[in-house]
Amino acid sequence: MHFLENLPLATKKFILDLVKGACGWLCTKLGIALPPWAMPLLLTLVSILVVIVAIIAVYMVMFALMSVAERKILARMQNRYGPNRAGWFGILQPVADGIKMLTKEDLVPRGADKIVHFLAPIAMVAPALMLPAIIPYGTGMVPVELSAGILYFFALGAGTELAVFMAGWSSNNKYSVMGAMRAIAQMISYELPLVMSAVIAALVAGTLSPTGIVEAQGGYSLGFIPNWFVFTPWGFVACLLFYIGALAESNRCPFDLPEGESELVAGHLTEYSGFKYAIFFMAEYVGMFAINGLLVTLFLGGYKAPCPFLEWIPSWCWFFAKLALLAFSMVWVRATLPRFRIDQMMQFAWKFMLPMSFAALIAAAVWYYAGRGPLAWGLSALIVGIPYLALGHFCFTRHHTADNRRYLYSE
Amino acid sequence: MNLPGSGILKGMAVTAVNFIGSFLDRAHAKRLITEQYPEERPTLVETSRSFPFLVFDGDPEKGIRCTACKICEKECPPQCIFIVKDKDANGKPILRPQIFDIDISVCMGCQICVEVCPFESIRMDNIYEVSAYDRFETLVLHKEQLLKSNVYYRQIHPTEAAQTDARIEAARVKKAAAAKAAAEKAAAAKAAAAAKAAETQPEPTA
Ligand code: SF4
Ligand code: SF4
Repeated sequence: MHFLENLPLATKKFILDLVKGACGWLCTKLGIALPPWAMPLLLTLVSILVVIVAIIAVYMVMFALMSVAERKILARMQNRYGPNRAGWFGILQPVADGIKMLTKEDLVPRGADKIVHFLAPIAMVAPALMLPAIIPYGTGMVPVELSAGILYFFALGAGTELAVFMAGWSSNNKYSVMGAMRAIAQMISYELPLVMSAVIAALVAGTLSPTGIVEAQGGYSLGFIPNWFVFTPWGFVACLLFYIGALAESNRCPFDLPEGESELVAGHLTEYSGFKYAIFFMAEYVGMFAINGLLVTLFLGGYKAPCPFLEWIPSWCWFFAKLALLAFSMVWVRATLPRFRIDQMMQFAWKFMLPMSFAALIAAAVWYYAGRGPLAWGLSALIVGIPYLALGHFCFTRHHTADNRRYLYSE
Repeated sequence: MNLPGSGILKGMAVTAVNFIGSFLDRAHAKRLITEQYPEERPTLVETSRSFPFLVFDGDPEKGIRCTACKICEKECPPQCIFIVKDKDANGKPILRPQIFDIDISVCMGCQICVEVCPFESIRMDNIYEVSAYDRFETLVLHKEQLLKSNVYYRQIHPTEAAQTDARIEAARVKKAAAAKAAAEKAAAAKAAAAAKAAETQPEPTA
């Protein structure tokens, strides 16, 4: 299994050797002497290119698979078949979708701000494709090793807000603007608990580097329970908060109100068609995978195996397995929960998620300094449990509004 | 007091049961009841109807029941029937349609033409796959396409066809009886006239 583990890195090395060999052969053949700096420069460029191509290819394949798997799973949960016409069990559906998207007319409204309207999808997809760069996919498999990777991720992730608002504003359409406003409100509100819960993981790991955080979750307690952050009281809460924040950041159900079909046609996507629409769609999915990848990195032990005797499976397989599990759970949530109302959405972010993330932060600190033993466990469980019950009771039970509601015109 | 968030878990359980159940329910009795249309077709109920057709008995030329009385043309609410009466060699109109067109892109399947036809000649079909690439030409059905035999009618609407046949048979019997009675009456009148004539004829010499 050593071979499989090393397969991606070995492939990269093989390509680099190939380029090096080809270059040397060409130079001797043509009789040119390369300056000494040329070869290392070329190799660096090629290795960057290889990584970019690999990331884009992997994410495109995941996007294609996800777009059909999401519809099939959703259909099954609603007792339908889902797409089953294109190809074997509908597996060619993404191809059909792609052809349809590419052959559609690209409409730009007459009153639109043409330049911004054109730039919005680009501004959307560029950060989305840069996000996956810092995620460790396996042992030693980080495209870009950054010591402040988490910071990079959130700084870039905030760029999508700009793109969404560009799209909404330039479309010159009231639904687009309203959708964009909602998207901004939602993304800014949920970015806070999202970053807070990421901070918790970084705090306990003592580093902002994703690889460092994964390594901090290595090993097993009692011999079989992995030391993932999700298996601690504060980690569990922070993981859930991050998950909810990730749902909101990627505009997925139940936080899909920026593009709620029944209210806003398609929100900021209303005036987009054809390839630009496809790009938005793709950016949304790539962003979702990236943020799920970060969730795996921060709380689910990244590329680590869940039990000691399963360690023979290559680490990158574990990463993608966890990613697939998270993607499935997002579809599951989408099949279950109805869309939030805008005031509920804001209330949930500010009255519940934010206090909870502070509680989890304190719990993590207590856990860290109380020695990580049973006492630390109990204390941190209390620190997150009590606010949870209290907030749940006072914010989300209806008893204080339902009784004194009067229906003036029906009396 | 419910634990906050327990409702979400209950909901997730429901969807999970649906998800797993959809793979277990092989007979498709309760889940995945969607009919895979072109491969699986529904069995139509006998009273299903789509567009009208013209019934003929035996031979499509001679057996056509329609007399081109144009009642259906006048009654059709969206006015989608077009009829021209046939003429014989001398230009005299005969009781048969020369042109009988129904524009099924306009027809709404109301069956009023069937109700008003006094000759039991127009009836409802139950074909549904009539889509075409051309909106105008292919969706106007001409007499040749509309003519279908009574045997076909009995196949698609057995009960209704039996009633119609019984009515036609009764009408035929009644007509035959009336003709017979009229013939007898005529014969009797003839005989009486002859008798009277015989009565008044003689004794020219008296
Ligand atoms: S079914 Fe109704 S609409 Fe169609 S031809 Fe007969 S009368 Fe007209
Ligand atoms: S179908 Fe019936 S009502 Fe219509 S013209 Fe013929 S005989 Fe008359």
